[in-house]
Amino acid sequence: MSYQALMAQLAIGVSNGAFYAMLSLGLAVIFGMLNVVNFAHGALFMLGAFVALFLKLKLGLGYFPALLIVPIVVGLVGVLIDLTMLKRLRGLDPLYSLLLTFGITLVLEGIFRYFYGSSGVPYSAPDELVGAVDLGFMIMPLYRFWVIVASAVVCFGTWYAIERTRLGAYLRAATENATLTQAFGINVPVLLTLTYGLGVGLAGFAGVLAAPIYQVNPLMGSNLIIVVFAVVVIGGMGSILGAIVSGFALGILEGLTKVFYPEASNIVVFVVMAIVLLVKPAGLFGRAT
Amino acid sequence: MSTDAVLSVQDLQAWYGESHVLHGMGFDVRAGEVVALIGRNGAGKTTTLRAITGIVKKRTGSVRIESHEAIKLRSDKIAKLGLGYVPEERGIFATLSVRENLLLPPAVKPNGMTEAQIYELFPRLQERARSQGTKLSGGEQQMLAIARVLRTGARLLLLDEPTEGLAPVIVQQIGRIIRDLRSQGFTILLVEQNFRFAATCADRFFVVEHGRVVDQVAAGDMEAKSGELAAYLGV
Repeated sequence: MSYQALMAQLAIGVSNGAFYAMLSLGLAVIFGMLNVVNFAHGALFMLGAFVALFLKLKLGLGYFPALLIVPIVVGLVGVLIDLTMLKRLRGLDPLYSLLLTFGITLVLEGIFRYFYGSSGVPYSAPDELVGAVDLGFMIMPLYRFWVIVASAVVCFGTWYAIERTRLGAYLRAATENATLTQAFGINVPVLLTLTYGLGVGLAGFAGVLAAPIYQVNPLMGSNLIIVVFAVVVIGGMGSILGAIVSGFALGILEGLTKVFYPEASNIVVFVVMAIVLLVKPAGLFGRAT
Repeated sequence: MSTDAVLSVQDLQAWYGESHVLHGMGFDVRAGEVVALIGRNGAGKTTTLRAITGIVKKRTGSVRIESHEAIKLRSDKIAKLGLGYVPEERGIFATLSVRENLLLPPAVKPNGMTEAQIYELFPRLQERARSQGTKLSGGEQQMLAIARVLRTGARLLLLDEPTEGLAPVIVQQIGRIIRDLRSQGFTILLVEQNFRFAATCADRFFVVEHGRVVDQVAAGDMEAKSGELAAYLGV
């Protein structure tokens, strides 16, 4: 086993972990606040990649503008989904919203498969991010490095917004006791809709980051989302810090498994999930209820 | 009912799911008054507050706050009419620090207390500002729950069992705070199980039984009516 191969897998692991972290962060925020298991998360991640593609093909807008525009567009789609459909299911068993968002996934994927098949369309990384970066201890593809940095910044920004700002205090209060929060004069229904928009906006952002790596493909979300749900369960449903930490950690673990025992690399996350559920059913960072 | 009522409740009916809890509740609270709802456990006192605030959604009748009809409003809109709610068991958020708890409720009227004025009144809250809200002692949590609504500028306060589970010395302190707030012109509706405490700070008492008011006593008539009150409260 060469040092270079180990480091290469580690780099891929960390950047995969960056996607797990961003996606599970959105899921955790949505679950914590709305009690919705958002199965549409993967499809909205895919939608983010397609919107980036359309921006490039139809409007000639490149990668960096897409990083700004796509989260807003996908966030607005989320707001629309919430206002027209999800909102009607508030207060019902979470199973209903799970089925609804699963249905939305099937519809979205169906539409894009009809027009684009399942092979995928390439989306190239911007010239500024092509090449390799020498980190001293290893040489890493610049784009992977960028993904890790961008994801870390977005994860930290989201954590900061939730844990350290006034709006974040509203979100935490409403997560803990929505009824009382609203009785203090805070418009909780609007807060819930915004949270859903924010959570899926993160998925849209991740979709743009993923486009140059995975190609833009109608099924790119489904391939990832099952692992991401396992990450959320390991971190603790609804735990923001748990989602970020376990996202990165499991990406690294998966990378290492590819080096030392490749046969197990596709299942290692689920093995970890089973063990965590046995030992700590609320997840690593979850509070037992 | 008198026209200068800050809060006027008439024929209020409320339900928890299928169970009908309030059966024509009616009373009024005038500006600057402290009114206590007293009665046994399960008589509907807490539900009355929860129906006024809009937390209990299934309700009919009339709740007028500063002559605005609130019966059809959502709870956040009701708060904006100038209502400050101090819930049963204090409702301190565990995921928020003491300071975040204090700053949580948005201003509903101008001229609420500033953070500095609050800390002057409750110095302990400043010392513990960064602690987790629920790490405070029961008495401190109650102070925080009261302080929290003083910041909002609300002039009508609903206090649900502010002395529940607290040591006698803290209960006295809360009594002082309530009398102090009255002297500053706040209007207070108090729900109390602890009748002897209520007697130290309320101007009028409404006795609640089976979800309606069955008697009204002014503070001056307490002595004369003590026998009847004892019977109502089962003490």
